Parts: sequence; C-alpha cells; structure tokens
Amino acid sequence: MRFDYPILSILIFLPVVSGILLIFVSRRFERAIKWFALTAATLTFLFSLPLFMNFDKGTSRMQFIERHAWIDDWGTSYFLGVDGISILMVLLSTLTGILCVSISWYSVKDKVKEFYIALLLVEGFMIGVFCSLDLFLFYIFWEAMLIPMYLIVGVWGGPNRIYAAIKFFIYTLVGSVLMLVGLIVLHHVADTFDLLKLMNTQLPYNLQLILFWAFFAAFAVKVPMFPVHTWLPDAHTEAPTAGSVLLAAILIKMGAYGFLRFSLPLFPQASVAMAPVMLVLSVIAIVYGGLICLAQSDLKRLIAYSSVSHMGFVTLGIFAMNGYGVQGGLLQMINHGVVTGGLFLSIGIVYERTHTRQIADYGGLASVMPIFAAFFMVFTLASIGLPGTNGFVGEFLVILGGFSRNRLSGVLAATGIIIGAIYMLWLYQRVFFTSVNERIAGLKDVSLREGLTLLPLLILVIWIGVYPDFFLSFMGTSVNSLLARLHQGPLDQSNVMNGVISGAGAFVK
Amino acid sequence: MDIYSLHPLMPEIVLALLGLCILMLELTSMKKEYIALTAMTGTLAALYFLRGSSGVLFDGMYQADGYSNYFKLIFFLNLFLSILISIKYLEVEKSSHGEFYALMVFATIGMMIMASAENMIVLYVGLELMSLSTYVLAGFLRHDSRSTESAVKYLLMGAFSTAILLYGIALSYGSTGTMDFQQIGLYINSHNLSGNPVVLLSLVLIMVSFSFKVAAAPFHMWAPDVYEGAPTPVTAFMSIGPKAAGFAVLGKVLVMVFPSLRSDWTSILIVISVLTMLTGNVMALVQTNIKRMLAYSSIAHAGYLLLGLIPGNYESFAGMMNYLFIYLFMNVGAFAVIISLRSAEFMGDEIRDYAGLAKTHPVMASLMLVFMFALAGIPPTAGFIGKFYIFSELVKSNYIWLTIAGVMFSVVSAFYYLRVVMYMYMRPPEREVVLETTPPLNLALFIAFTMIILIGVLPQAFISHAKNVFFTMYQSLL
Repeated sequence: MRFDYPILSILIFLPVVSGILLIFVSRRFERAIKWFALTAATLTFLFSLPLFMNFDKGTSRMQFIERHAWIDDWGTSYFLGVDGISILMVLLSTLTGILCVSISWYSVKDKVKEFYIALLLVEGFMIGVFCSLDLFLFYIFWEAMLIPMYLIVGVWGGPNRIYAAIKFFIYTLVGSVLMLVGLIVLHHVADTFDLLKLMNTQLPYNLQLILFWAFFAAFAVKVPMFPVHTWLPDAHTEAPTAGSVLLAAILIKMGAYGFLRFSLPLFPQASVAMAPVMLVLSVIAIVYGGLICLAQSDLKRLIAYSSVSHMGFVTLGIFAMNGYGVQGGLLQMINHGVVTGGLFLSIGIVYERTHTRQIADYGGLASVMPIFAAFFMVFTLASIGLPGTNGFVGEFLVILGGFSRNRLSGVLAATGIIIGAIYMLWLYQRVFFTSVNERIAGLKDVSLREGLTLLPLLILVIWIGVYPDFFLSFMGTSVNSLLARLHQGPLDQSNVMNGVISGAGAFVK
Repeated sequence: MDIYSLHPLMPEIVLALLGLCILMLELTSMKKEYIALTAMTGTLAALYFLRGSSGVLFDGMYQADGYSNYFKLIFFLNLFLSILISIKYLEVEKSSHGEFYALMVFATIGMMIMASAENMIVLYVGLELMSLSTYVLAGFLRHDSRSTESAVKYLLMGAFSTAILLYGIALSYGSTGTMDFQQIGLYINSHNLSGNPVVLLSLVLIMVSFSFKVAAAPFHMWAPDVYEGAPTPVTAFMSIGPKAAGFAVLGKVLVMVFPSLRSDWTSILIVISVLTMLTGNVMALVQTNIKRMLAYSSIAHAGYLLLGLIPGNYESFAGMMNYLFIYLFMNVGAFAVIISLRSAEFMGDEIRDYAGLAKTHPVMASLMLVFMFALAGIPPTAGFIGKFYIFSELVKSNYIWLTIAGVMFSVVSAFYYLRVVMYMYMRPPEREVVLETTPPLNLALFIAFTMIILIGVLPQAFISHAKNVFFTMYQSLL
C-alpha cells in the first residue's frame, strides 16, 4: 500500500519538528505552548488514522514503504514501513501522545515549555522505532529517545527522580550498546542494515546464538525481563504521570517488539533453541512480579511491578512460538499499554489532588469520587483479565499458547493471573472502599478534561474485550509468516477466535 | 629555488606571516577587537590556500597530501574556534591579545609541520614549535599561580617526552642510517630488522613520546593539572590541536616507518587504549571541577581514538580522523559554555556552578545538554557517528572484545556527562549566575552546535570526505 505522501515520515517528524519549533517560543506563553503541543499530538493521531484504514490485512509484506539514500558508505538507508506487528504499536503511540499532553495540562507547572518539547520528541522517536526497517535507523531512534525520556523522569519526577532517571538511563544504555556491537557484527557479516535483506540471509547457528544474546541484552532491559527489571519500579514510580504512561504504554513495548521484529526473524534457529530459557524467565517474571506487588505500599510502585508481571505474559506468548502465543503476546502488548496507561493516568489524577502515592493515605475514595472509581474499576478488572475486558483475551491466548508449548509454563502463568486478582482487588479495596480517609475527604471528582483523557482507553478496554478479532485481524498474516520462518505450522485465523470463544464460555460456566 | 614550487607550503607561509603581523599589530595601539579580527581573517585566508595544496617539498622531507590536509583542516578549525572563544576570556582576564593569538598561530604551524613531516628532523622541528608555543600559552596568565604551575608541569613533562622521542629517533637512525620515514621502513623491511631489539626499542620510545602528547595512559598524569590550570580557551585549544597532531604523526609513523613491526605496535596500542579508556572514564567520575572532568574525558577520548589506529587500515584511520573532526566541535562547544559562565568575579568552573542553569539560562543549558550527550556518544548527535565508525572498523578487523570494552567504557562516560546535565536541569540554582556572552562566543557555540547535529543526522558527506582524503595517501603507500 502506498500513499502520495510519506505518511510514516509525517508521523515521525510532525511531533519532532513541532517540538523543535517550540524551542523558539518564549516560555512566557504557557497556554499557547500547551495548545500547540495538543494540536501537534492530535494532528499526529489524525494522520495515523489513514494508516489504520488503508492497511492491507491480507499480506505480511511491509506496507507504506519509504526508502531514501542516507549513509551509502555504511550501507544504511532511511527505510520505513509497517506490517501487522508494528501498525498497532504506531497507533497506540499516537493515541498515547494526546493523552500525555492532556494529562499534564495542569500537573506540570515548572519548565512547561521544555516538558512539551521532550514529550513531543519522545513521541516522534518512539514512532520512529516502530517504523524503522533499517537496523541503523532503528538504533538511532531507539537511543535518541533516551535523552528526552531521561529528562522527563529526572526533571519533572518525584522526590527520588534523579536516582531513578540515571538508573533508567544507564541500564538501558548498557543493553543498547551490546546490541550495537551485535548490530555491527551483523552488518559485517551480511553487509547490509536492511531488515528485509537480512531476513533472507541465513546466518550460521553459532553466530545467531551470539547475536541473539547481544540483542537480548537490549530488549530484555527494555521489556524488562526478570533479572534486569529493577530500573522499572524506580523509573515508573518517580516519573511524572505522562512519563509513567509513556514508559508503561510504549517504551517497554519496544523491547517485546524488538524480539518480534529482529530476534525471531533474524536468528530463528537460535531463538527456537533459546526459547526454553526465555520461557523460564517469563514465568519467573509473571509470578515473582505478582508476588512483589502484594508487598507494595506505594500505588505507582504496585502498578510498576504489575507491569513486570504482565510483560512476562508478553514474552511468554512470544517465546511460546505458536499462533496463540504470539498473537496473544502482541495483543497483550496493546492491552497492557491501554490498561496500565489508564491506571497510571488515573493515579496521576488523584495524585494531582492529594500529592500522596501511599495506599495507606487513601480509603473510601469510591464515595468521594464515584465516577473516578468507576473508571478505575474497569481498568482494575481489565488488569486482572476479567472476560469482557481486553485483558482476558490477551492473557487467555498467551496461556493457551504457553500451555500447548509447555504445560508447566501455562499452569504457572495462570497462577500469575490469580495473584494479579489478589493484589489488584486488594488494592481497589484499600483505596476505594473501607471508611473515608480524612486526607481525601471532599476531593473533586474527575473533570471533563480528565474524563475525556480516560475515555478512549476505556473504550479500547471494552472494544478489544468484546470484539478482539478487529485487532487480531491486523496481525494474523504477519504473525503467520513470522511463525513460518520459525519452521512451525501456520495458523488458521478462525482457530484463534474459536479458542477465545470456547475459553470464554468455559470461564463463564 | 623556484618560488612557485613552494605552492604546497602556502597555508603555512600565510599563517607564519599572520603570526608576525599580529605581533606587529600588538605594538601599535590598535583596538583589541581588530587584532582578533585580523587573526580570524588570516586563518580563513590560510584555509583558502589549503584547498588543493598538495605536493612534495624539500627532497621529500615535507609532503602536503590528503592525509595531512585533513588534519590541517582540523587545526585551522581549532585555531579559528579557539580565537572566537578567547576574545571574551582575555577581556575578563585583562590579558594582552596580540601575543596570545600569535602563539596560537605558531603552535598551529607546528602542528601542520608535524602532519606533513616525512622526515624525523622535520617532525621534531614541528613538534618543538608546537610544544614551546603551548607551554607559553598554558602559563599565559602570569598573575595566576595555577596557570604558572600548569605551564611548568607541562614544560617539564613535555621536555621529558621530547627527550624520549629524540632517543627513539636516534636509535632508528643508528640502525638504519636514514631519517626519512619511508626509507627507514624500507630498510627495516629489506634487512629483516623487525626482530631487532634496537628497532623495537625505538618504536616503543616513539610511541611512548606520542602517548605523552596525546595524553594516553599511563602517560597522562600531566593532563588534568595542566588542563585545569591553563586559561580555558588554551585548554580547549590544547585538548584538540596537539592531540590531533599527535595522532597524525602516530598514524603516519606506525604505517610508514614500522609496517614490519605491525604485530608489536598493535599489541602495544591495545594495552594503551584500554588503559587510557579505563583511566579517563573512571577518574572523570569523581571530578568536581568541570575543566578537570573534561581533561579526563579528553583522556578517555584519546582511548577511543587509539582504537581507531589498532586495525591499521585506511578505513579505520578514516574513522579516527572523522572522530577527531567531530571531537573538535563537541569539545570546543563545551569549553565555550564554560567560558560564557566566566565573569570578572565568578570562576564558573565547578560542576556545582551549573546547578539550575536550565532555569536561569535555558538556551545555554540546552546547548550544554547537546554537547554533553554528544560527548557521551548518544544519537542523533555527531558523537555517536564518530564512535560508530571507529567501533565498526574494529569489528571488521575482528577485535570484538575490544569493541565491547569500548562501548562499555562509553556507558561509564555517560554517567559523568549526565551529571552535568543533572545539575543543570534537576537541581535548583544555588546562586545567581550572570552569563556574559559576546557575538564571537555565540558564533562559536552556533558552529559547534550546528556541526554536531548536522554530522549526527546527515553524516554521509563527512564520512566519505574522511575516507577519500585518506585513500589518496594510502594508495601512494601501497
């Protein structure tokens, strides 16, 4: 599919250029800056809609391709395109961009101009990550995004923000530079950075194995997978609301996306061979992340650790390497973005009023802020994975995939859901029920702006929950061709839906 | 001798005339600004003559070719930018202008001679011209004891390293009977002297001497003290010019004089480069003075540059030269910011002084942010392109572990560069900082910033330039 205009470049550079233009606006015009940022983010979202509507679901080939000469000497070009794996992530990014601008409207009071510059830059670079089909270009976006993200956490974050920001930066950088070495080796062997050409290159197994671990270093830190997850609770907790949302909804998806886009297709044999290790790490993340949540007293920290657990589902699905698993993992990436994004937004909304994140400072919020409580309820249930919400579809598919790959991993992952129900419901009980804590008495319920920020995510929760086929249909073909590369049987699209329906039926009974 | 045959030497001649001219102008009671303006115009004039200057002079003792011209371009840019950032500094220090610029010009001529030398004697002459001028520059603030101390240290260490170099030259002359680079190389090769201990010692001594000059560990001890004490523009000037000249000579000498001892100098370089990256990066972590931190960072960058020499092929040399070219802008930019903080009653060279700069002076803070991320090698800045080039050449020559060490050290470096950013953006201002910028300083900042982003985003032209100029030299060798 092609357009007359370079739609992906527009999606990347509209926010970036808007951010750069903001540099030249005097910082006194705060209102103008906010409206400008909102307009830029909204325009980006509107531009991403034609992408959605003109996407050809019937092919696994890259679509909306753009290619221009860039650095000939290094065999790298400006090469963009999307397929079923990336398109939903692009859309999620553009949507999240608007929500982040909107939620920060009043909560960011200091260095307003710089904040929106950083926000727009992050958005553009993130979209760049999901659209790049050239490994060098991908790496540039992947790393460039660190700079504004570091500032967002470090400048506008909570009390311990400086520590959290540097920890986030260094962790990610260590992973990234190892990937850089791997990338150079790959380029040296295959003499190209072009992803499509690389996919047609059969690498020797030993090399695949080394490169798999080099790329793993970068992706595992971003996801974050079990042993290298410790930056995430700090960064999520200390970041301002918009930063947490960006981190949760998009940034940590880049790791999982990296596995799907690069590790699996480029190093298929190594990925198959290493899948058991990945499964173990994923299951540990699911159970361990969930258990830690039970011990948290800080709202944001609890949600942060729940991300570790949920991302464990994503990697479990990916490395189950069957149709259910991979599609479930992909869908779970979107789900987690929507749900955890929604939870962080919600926490941001009350934090703005109370300036405390301690669960003990809350209680009885449901009677003070009833509308807010309803929103939070939906996100909580989606996080648990109640049928009818998006969380159910994703987690169910993943567990199905995990189960058929390795029974034990499926069983343990299912325990993860139970633990999830415990900590989320307990959280909901402590915050919203029991007697009204006097610290929160008389708080205003959500305003129109806040409600409108949460509403799109709420709609997505229900939409994906009730009719997931709409979203699954985007990825089906691409996932099939990816799995075919991994030398496994292709998957019939209708099977997935049947699985979901029968599973839901069993659950209801 | 036909005057026309001096054509390849025109840039040096113009610069020499410029230096003399500046000294004369200082005697007249001319306005300070005009002296600086003359110096800049003269530099640009010499730059004009650099275009297309090539040829061999003085019976093959002096050669202007693509390789040397690339380094000369770096020297000119270094001179030009250093003059731009000096004007305000000299006014604050109430120091005389004329001699200062003249010394910079003479030092630059010395570097150019080093880059063009094809003969040990010429090399030595150039080295001395450069060194003597920079010794004086380091101690230019006579009333400042730190500056004087820095000059003395620099002089003593420099004298040592020169003596070591002379010893190395003497040994190689003793065993081959010639001073000409290529002749020595051919002699060693044809007489199978590559295992000869005297030749090996000569190689080691020459490498040690230039390790002093480029401040590579374990011969870096002088650098932090000298960089901290010297006037800030001189520090900027010194951390690029002599370093680039040192690398120009190292590259040439290793390939032309000691090609048959390649395995020896490769292993020496590996040890030196890892040590240098380690020392520079680790020591920079604990510095509280920003000039001192940048001194250690400059040591660390010497380590990355040495990595570019290790594979010893023309692509890797091009990577090293490309990195020097980029390092020039990152470094001058950072020093320009430091100078802009300097005012009559405020030193502004502690990292603490940068607290809250983003609040009080957002533009300057964001420029410093770019320079710091560039030095750390984060895309989309030029610093990443420079590092990538060097690392990818290393991988191509199968030095994977060395590459991993290199990238890991650059992660360490991110830590201290980010500390400056952290102070600027995440700490409240501790005191009122008054920025004093002048149009020339702003111009220097603008040039540095533009080049860093331009090379970072569209590097193709710069890479192929570095590659092509070097190709000409390498071909002539093969």
